[in-house]
Parts: sequence; structure tokens; C-alpha cells
Amino acid sequence: MSALLEVRNLKVGYGKIIAVKDVSITVNQGEIVTLIGSNGAGKSTTLRTISGLLKPKSGEIFFEGNRIDGKEGHDVVKLGICQSPEGRRIFPRMTVSENLDLGAFLRNDKDGVEADRERVLELFPRLRERINQRAGTMSGGEQQMLAVSRALMGAPKLLMLDEPSMGLAPVLVDMIFETITKIRDQGITILLIEQNAAAALDVADRAYVLESGTVKISGKASDLAKDDAVTKAYLGG
Amino acid sequence: MARSSQRKWVTGYLIAVAAIFIIYQFLFPWEGLPIGIYDFLQLWLPPTAVNESLVYVICALGLNIVVGYAGLLDLGYVAFWAIGGYCAGWFMSEFFYQINLHFFGSVARTAPGIHVNFWGVLLIGGLVCAFFGILIGGPTLRLKSDYLAIVTLGFGEIIPQVFFNGDDIAGFNLSNGTKGITILDPIPVGAKNIGPFDFGYKFIIFVLLAALMVFISLRLRKGKLGRAWLAIREDELAASMMGVPLMQTKLSAYAVGAFAGGLGGVAFATHVDGVYAERFNFSISIFLLAMVVLGGMGNVWGVIIGALLLSWINSTGLPAFGTTFNDKFGTSINFPSFTFLLFGLVLILMMLYKREGLIPESRLRLILHEGDAEEDLTSKESK
Repeated sequence: MSALLEVRNLKVGYGKIIAVKDVSITVNQGEIVTLIGSNGAGKSTTLRTISGLLKPKSGEIFFEGNRIDGKEGHDVVKLGICQSPEGRRIFPRMTVSENLDLGAFLRNDKDGVEADRERVLELFPRLRERINQRAGTMSGGEQQMLAVSRALMGAPKLLMLDEPSMGLAPVLVDMIFETITKIRDQGITILLIEQNAAAALDVADRAYVLESGTVKISGKASDLAKDDAVTKAYLGG
Repeated sequence: MARSSQRKWVTGYLIAVAAIFIIYQFLFPWEGLPIGIYDFLQLWLPPTAVNESLVYVICALGLNIVVGYAGLLDLGYVAFWAIGGYCAGWFMSEFFYQINLHFFGSVARTAPGIHVNFWGVLLIGGLVCAFFGILIGGPTLRLKSDYLAIVTLGFGEIIPQVFFNGDDIAGFNLSNGTKGITILDPIPVGAKNIGPFDFGYKFIIFVLLAALMVFISLRLRKGKLGRAWLAIREDELAASMMGVPLMQTKLSAYAVGAFAGGLGGVAFATHVDGVYAERFNFSISIFLLAMVVLGGMGNVWGVIIGALLLSWINSTGLPAFGTTFNDKFGTSINFPSFTFLLFGLVLILMMLYKREGLIPESRLRLILHEGDAEEDLTSKESK
């Protein structure tokens, strides 16, 4: 197993406020890795820094062995890191189909894009039914499906999902997490950020627990699910 | 927009163009034309007003790309209009009499000054404006919408002021200051030269320029760049997450918009046969913005209607109505002085009752009325 993504001693802040103090994580080819932690622990900031939307104060980020911190957002997408952002951020006035097209914005391989479109529509049949509907008129669950699909349209090597379960009914949460496993089985590496720690630990291979900007505990997801400190703090046990 | 409705628009405009050309080219000079009809046309639809409105159409279509497609508020669009105008002044007159440069010009080779062919000047004006668009856009497009609007507002004030006071820049006469640059070369079409009073032919030339802008707008809109503009308008952050290069995409909208401003500037200069700094004032920027908003942001056909309508009201409709009204009732109300009161009122009413414009772009209609639809869905979901 080789490291696809490696984050070393990352420190990120907004002005004087340091949101991420010292985070080091590794994501290996083919795994689902999850970052869990409470609100304000620095999960989303870490993800935004990886995707080039924020610049780190110090630390390094490597993707496939190449340093990527400091690159612009669209260049990071070009390397094969796509994300379904927090709050979904689909293009509400565009149709489902147009949203998917935008996911493939940087790609020029028409056949590949067509094949991927077919693949995501198989993954989420609901979207096929709504293909010409304005995305903003769909339900929250459907919008989340679209956000994940749109990220997949970029043919990612690493798919980053920021709080995919946020605001969804339990049935839909189960469905989304089931699909996440399916996507991994298709060979796509996933970095998953979740507040719903129980669900995340259930599907992930490995996990990092973030607390006020640092990695508190890390290890195999199945071990963490049994860890006393973790269960107490995040699993309501 | 559906193909069939697009065809309807094109057909409609073509018929209008043909009708107006026939009126100006053949009916107007015809001696048998009853004097009543002649006076009526001269009062309500004079050729100069129609040609001027076409200049507004060209510029409004350019501004529509910036504001309507990419969602960047530009309050200083008049700057491009001015730069385009001065390009015409510099390269199509005897203004730089020290130099004697001819490039397929339409005047005798012995004439002093720079005389570049009108079609070449169009290209120069467009490109110079696009260059300035990128120059001003580079540092400012990183700003969020309100701040961008303020900076463009400043740009729109600075450029005309430079020309206004530009008759002695360290001894160099850039713009002839308040006196302006007068008498431009005629427009060469084949062997024929089209002078300032050939309204009919100039009308056709302006229509062609407007058609070029329509073509550019529709083509870009359909392509990858258009999709990127719309994505930025919808959600900038999400667009960048899809790999849309924000700066490059916004700059290209600015450059294309500025290019149109340059075309409009050159056209306007040939229309009034001169370049006068005091004509390039702030109200033109607002006026153009009002046209885009009134017609329906992002909808090419609506923007054209908005531009024709507002320009006509401003130049002809209101004064003609005033004259007729005053004649009938023996009053002496100065109607044209109410122009901006009227436009202000129209804008307020539009924002209150028809925010999406007269002929809305389908997407925009959704933006402005989506509140209702979303409420429905959330209530359904919570059950």
C-alpha cells in the first residue's frame, strides 16, 4: 500500500486565529479514511487546505509524491482531487445534467465522461429520474447524491466528502454511506469528513480523531469504534 | 433557449431591420412622401435616434456578458466606450497631423494624420479595450462583488476625466480636451465611402456589429466558457471546486465585454462624427446597466429590447411626447428633464414587481422565485 495523500504537520489559520495547529494524516491507495471530531475541531479547514482553497501557514501536503500545498484550487482538481463540499453547494439553477457536466469541466475525454455519467447514474438511479430537473428543486438527499456524483464526474483519484450526512434523514444517511463503500469498491480512494462518527467509523478503514486543531487519536476504524475515549466523546456511549 | 424561439427572435429582428432600412434609404428621400408622414417619422423615429440606439445595443450586449453571464457588477462600463471612441478619433482623423500614416484609409493619401480603415479601427478599438479590461480586471476581480462595483465605478470616472483634461499631458495633446476630436474619416465599403449623413447604410453597418455581438454572445454562452461563467455566477466557490479557473474565467468575461465596449465606442464616434469627452459620463454606465436589467439579465434578445426601448425613450420618445403634449395643451413642461426620474421609477418598479426583466432568462426567473419552491420542498421533507 502506498500513500496517495500525505499531510505533514499542517498549520492553518484565518488571520490570527489558528484553526489547525498540527495535523498529519496519510491516506493510502484504495482506503476510506475518515476525519471525525466535533464542530470547530479543524476538519473542514484541513480539507479546504488540501483542496487549495486555503494556504497553510506551515506544513506540507503531498499527493502521489508531489508537493501540492500552495497550488490553486483548479490545479488541485486537475491532479485528481475532487470533493463534495460542505453544504453540498450544487448549482441550484442548473439542471442535474448541467451540474454533472460542470463536474467534468476539466476533462476532454468525451467517451470517458459519458461512461462516468452512466456510472454515477447507476450509482444513484434517483438522479436519472431527475436528470433535467433544476437541482435546487430537489430534496436535500437528492442534492447530496448530486454533489457526490458531480465530484465523481471529475474522475478523481481521491474523493473528498465533507459532511455528506449533514441534515439528512437516517434512512438517507444509511443509503449515502452504503454508496460510499460502493465507490471505494470501484477503486476510488476516499477521505471522509464526518460529525456522525458512528456511521463514519462503520464504513472507514482508518480514522483520525481531531480535537481543537490537532490529531488526538488515530488508528483502525474498527479499533476506534471500541475505544473508550472515542465512544465517550463522539459516539454518545 | 429553445431553437424555435430563437429563430422567431432572429426573424422578428430581421423584418424590423429591413423595414427601417427601406424607410430611411428609400422612403425618406422620396419626394412624393406626404409631408405629414415625413414629419411624424422625423418626430417619433428619426434616423439618428435609431442608429444611436444600435450603439447602445452593441454595448449593452457586451455589458450583458459581464453582468448577466458572469455576474460581475460593472458600474464603469463607459470607460470602454470612451477608449473605443478615442481610438476612432486617433486613428481616423487628422488629429495627429504631425504624422502621416495611411492604412487602407478612406481619404486621400496626402491628408495628414493617421488614417486607418474603419474596419481596422473597430478591431483596434475592441482589442485596446479588451487590453484595458484585463489591466483593470487583473487586480480588481479578486474583490467581492460590492467592492468590485466600487472600483469599476472609479475606473469609469477616471478614464473620461483623463480624456477631458488630456489636451496637455506633459506637453502632449492626447485628446484635445473639451474641444474633442472632430471630423472622422468616412466608412469605406467597397468603392463607396459612407459619410456621416448616410444614415441608411450606417444603420446596416451598426446592425451588423450588433449581430456580431449577438453571435458572439450565443456562441460563448453555449460553450465551455459560457458554462464556466454561469457556474461562477451561481456559486463561485463551488465553481472553483469543479476546476473552473476563477481569475482566468472572470478576466475573459471582462475582456469580451470590454471588446464590445470598444466596438460601441468606435461606432458611436462615427455616429456623431467626432469624439467629445463630456459625452462619456457616469450616466451612460447606469443607463447601460438599466438596459440589461430591464431586458432580462443574461437573455440576449431581452437585452436588445431593453437597449432599444430605453435609448429610444431617452433620445426621442420623451422629447417627442413632450412636444406633442405641450402643443396640445399649451403647456411648457420640460419633459426631457424628467428622463432620470422616469428611469429611476422604472427601475424601482422593475425591482419590485418584475425583477427578472421583461424577457427573463429562464434560469434567472428561478433564482428570483425559488424561495417559494424551496419552502415547498423543505416542508415536504420534514414530514
